[in-house]
Formats: sequence, structure tokens, C-alpha cells
Amino acid sequence: MAPLTPLNARIYSKLGQRGSFSLAIEEVAAQDEELVVMTADLTTLTGLTRFKEKYPGKFLNIGIAEQNMICLAAGMAKEGKNVFVTTYANFLAMRAYEQIRIQLGYMQFPVRVIGTGSGLAMGMSGNTHYGIEDIALMRAVPGLMVVSPADGAETTKVIHEAAHYPGPVYVRLSGVMNTPIVYTEEYPFAFGKAVRLREGDDVAVIATGTMVHESIRAAELLKEKGISASVLNMHTIKPLDTAAIRNACTRSNLIVTVEEHSIIGGLGSAVAECISETAGSPRLLRIGIPDAFQKVGDYRYLLEQNGLSAPQIAEKISITFGPGFRS
Amino acid sequence: MPVDRSNDDEIHALQDRAKRMRETALHMAFSAGSNGAHLGGGLSLIEIMATLYGGVLHIDPKNPEWDDRDRFILSKGHGVLAYYPALVEAGFFPSEDLKKFEVNGNYLPGHPIMNMKKGIECSSGSLGMGLSFGVGVALTGKMRNKSYHTYVVLGDGECDEGTVWEAAMSASHFHLNNLIAIVDQNQLQYDGVCSEIMDMGDFKAKWESFGWDATEIDGHDIRALLHAFRCCLQTPVLKPHVIIARTVKGKGVSFMENKKEWHHGSLTQKQYESAIAEIRGVQ
Repeated sequence: MAPLTPLNARIYSKLGQRGSFSLAIEEVAAQDEELVVMTADLTTLTGLTRFKEKYPGKFLNIGIAEQNMICLAAGMAKEGKNVFVTTYANFLAMRAYEQIRIQLGYMQFPVRVIGTGSGLAMGMSGNTHYGIEDIALMRAVPGLMVVSPADGAETTKVIHEAAHYPGPVYVRLSGVMNTPIVYTEEYPFAFGKAVRLREGDDVAVIATGTMVHESIRAAELLKEKGISASVLNMHTIKPLDTAAIRNACTRSNLIVTVEEHSIIGGLGSAVAECISETAGSPRLLRIGIPDAFQKVGDYRYLLEQNGLSAPQIAEKISITFGPGFRS
Repeated sequence: MPVDRSNDDEIHALQDRAKRMRETALHMAFSAGSNGAHLGGGLSLIEIMATLYGGVLHIDPKNPEWDDRDRFILSKGHGVLAYYPALVEAGFFPSEDLKKFEVNGNYLPGHPIMNMKKGIECSSGSLGMGLSFGVGVALTGKMRNKSYHTYVVLGDGECDEGTVWEAAMSASHFHLNNLIAIVDQNQLQYDGVCSEIMDMGDFKAKWESFGWDATEIDGHDIRALLHAFRCCLQTPVLKPHVIIARTVKGKGVSFMENKKEWHHGSLTQKQYESAIAEIRGVQ
């Protein structure tokens, strides 16, 4: 894997999380004899056309049959194959939910489930294609790790690490091409270990996936208003880095979670579960997608409709943290 | 055509094995007390399991993870009354362990839990997943040029599940002639007669239209079972195989036979004694 530099960070950004996955999986394939990548009829839309040509013996198209794909992957993993399954996040997390629960969670076969186009990234395709409940569903499966990288570069790290992880993993990819850059240089990445990206005293913002970048920008806007906000990249939602959350609780007066996911059951809920059991913890503001289907539009439109742009995030935080704030 | 008598001894031995297994199954069900057990679909499966574990599968109970072993997957996970006794007969664990059937915290509950040391290849219980899983196992065998075969037992009611047909499609797509499915066609599901609950039409034709080599036999006739399995192994056809085994739900115990009420149930002392007497009297 090439070290992260400002140049390749720009390449990963240009490709987006999905394209960065397809680059990384080729690197894995070059070293791993046992790798198998599966698609459910989304070869091109998962950025795997080149992979298919380069590694035809490591590629399987299962057709539009996500449930079959998960069970098939489990059977192959049982026989020692290192299987990555790919398709849109909503179809994996919802159509194949019970298969993921039994075949991967219960039997603990180390299949890597790569859900692309999650959150609101499917834009004009509409609500059938949005992945706004996948974190809630996936983190409820015992024994399943749930990861949501912040940018293209982090996606490549997640894919390389997932290839060696001993258990099943759900990787949530979102955003579109020309995705904002969070990382421009090497940093230590480990599953279950949140990355502190910005220091601040008043407010601790805990974000995941595409919302990490928006949160950093929001923190910059808050600074102009005299509010000092730290930003934590919670790339692994399960197992949750509870130590990092408790640490944030001791250092801040307000905890804020930001995610491109339903307000029910995602990062905000996971953090709420943690801090509600932490004595003397500060107040929590959860920012995410309200519990409703969307009026369909493009990605940027959808983010703004849901208050997930940096200025909107900053605004919500400053209102909550404004005059009369009580922790 | 005259019946081949050259393997009579083998068949008699398998029939004896089946008889012991049926008695063991009833004992397990009785010992489960009010928890009850899936009697109907367990008893319909006895001869299939006796034949597989006694005369078909290449397995080594002393080396349960032997790389070249045949793989067996019980997709109809509620068939444990036939499965656990078959594993005992094959030597994967002692009959003493059957006392752990449906005992809190033990390894032999009402649906199997994957346990390679005990010869259990896959957890099942939620229907419609085992054949897909078997496709993955068989496909890997092909990719590795392995000689093992993968056997999957399904119920006929289970075939209501759409995923069975996704799996069937993919098995023929990948030319998995190393995959053998057996459907325990006892014609009853929880709520009643399969064809009344959800009519599957021409069942054999369905499998054939999905690209499978299909055979229909009497699933309690060990000679027919053995012959069918050996045909699957010998045919040069590059298709997955399905043996549709017509069976009787609750087979061997007259008050249970063809009664949907015995899909899952508990035995009274009197019922247990009557059932055992009937089985011992048979043959």
C-alpha cells in the first residue's frame, strides 16, 4: 500500500470512497491468493470493471441475489477464502439482513461486507436506494464490526485492514466522487480507535464517515464565533471507542454527534448509550437525518435538506451552546 | 429389472442403523419433556441420514476437519432428531452426549450450532440458507480442484423460500456437479399440506428447469437411496443433483404419521412407550 501523501490523497478524493475501495482491493488481490470479490450485478457501479479484467479468477458475479451472495460468501469463507461482498449498502444491510445475522454474525465467518452508496449518496435514485438505516441494523448484529471511513484515503486503510481482520466486517461507503479530503498524510489507523483530528475545549464533535469533513469545517466556523470545538473521527461505530468518548466527556461541556444516517440507531444512538451510563456526562446533541423519507434530489441538496452541511452543523451547535446553555 | 442383491448386507446394516436412530430420536424427544421436539420432520429423515452417514459420506470422525471430507449441511435445521443420532452412529460424539439434547447451555439444541469438532458443519434453523451456503462450499471445492462432495438436506416446505431458488440458479450456473441436494419431501409443513399452503406445482420439473439433474425416489427405501446417491457420484453430467425423497412425516409411529400436529410436539410416557413398541415390532 502506497504511503499517504497530499498527491495520492487528491487521487483518492477524486475517486471518492467507492473508487478508493476499488483501488485498494486490487492491491489486496495482488498479495492474497485466497481473495474473492463478489458483486450482485453491480460490477461497474462498484468500480470493479478493471478488477474483473485483471483478476477474473478472484471475481464472482452472483446476479441480483444479495441473500444468496451472503450465504455463498460464508460457505467460501468456511473453506478458507477471503471474501469481500459488494453492492449498494441498502440492499446488503436490509435485503440480506438475516443472512448477515446468521451466516456472518452467528457463525463468525470473516466475510467483508462492503456497502457502497450509503447515506444519501444515491441522490436522484431516490429513497429505495438510500442507506439511512444500515448502521442501526448492522450494529445490532452480535459479533459484527461496523466501520465508516471518513474519506477516500481512510477507505483504502479500512480495506487493507479488513482483509486481515479475523471476524466479519460491515464497511459503509458514502459520498460521491471528488469527495472532500480529511487526511493528507500518514496517520495511525486501527479499528475501534477513534482519531482526534482537532483540539477544542467547549464542544466535542464526534463524527463518522462523510460528516467528519463537514464537522471539521463546522468547527472552523464555530471558532469564528468564539466556540472551541474538538473533532473526533469515530470511523469504527462498533466496537465503539468508549474510552475516547469518556475522555471527551471530561474535557467538554457539550457532546455533538454528526452522521449521514438516520437519527435512530446510528452513531448518535451508540454515543448516547455510552454517555448515558457515564456519571456526570455533558449534554448530547445528535445531528443526523430526521426520521423521514426524503424528497428526492442530488447529494448536496439532500445534505442541506437534512441540515448536514458544515454551516448548518455549526449553526445547530452554536444555537445549542448559545446563551442560556446548561450542560 | 431384477433387483441387485450384491449389497444386501450393507442395506441390512443401514436398515438396522435407521431403526436404532429412530428409537434414539424418540428417546431424545421424550427426554426433552415439555420443551418438545420436531418429531415429524425428524422421523421422515431417518433413512436419508442413516444412508448418508452409513454408506455415502467420506468422513473421518477421528479427524472431523479432514480437508478432503465430504461436507454435509442440514439446511432444514429442525431435522436434528435424525441428525444428532446419525452423528452418534458415525462416531462424532458418544450417545451419552444426547442427554444434552435441549439441555440449557449445551451444544445440542433444537437447531444445530456449527461445531466442527462434533462434525456439525453449519448452524441452521432459519430456513432457506443451507443450499446457498453449500453452493459456496462446493464452488470453493471446484476452484481448488478438490474431490469432496457437498450434500445439503432441505425440507419441501423450506422450498417456499425464494433463496432456495436463488441458490438453485447459482449452483447450475457454476456447474456444481459436486453438489447434491436431498429434499425430504414429507408433504407437510407447519400449517398443513404443502400443496395447500403453497402449491409448488411440478416440483421435479422446477429443479430441472433450474438446470439440475433430478431424481425422485422413496425416501424410506435405503436401497433406492443408496442407488440414487451412487448415480449422482457416477454420472458424467455436469449439473448439480437433487434427490427428491418422498417420505412420510412422523414415519414409523402410526399415531404421528402424516399428522401436522406432530411437526413439533411432546411425548407422554404412554405415547413414548407405544411408539418404541411399534418401532421394535416393525421389521
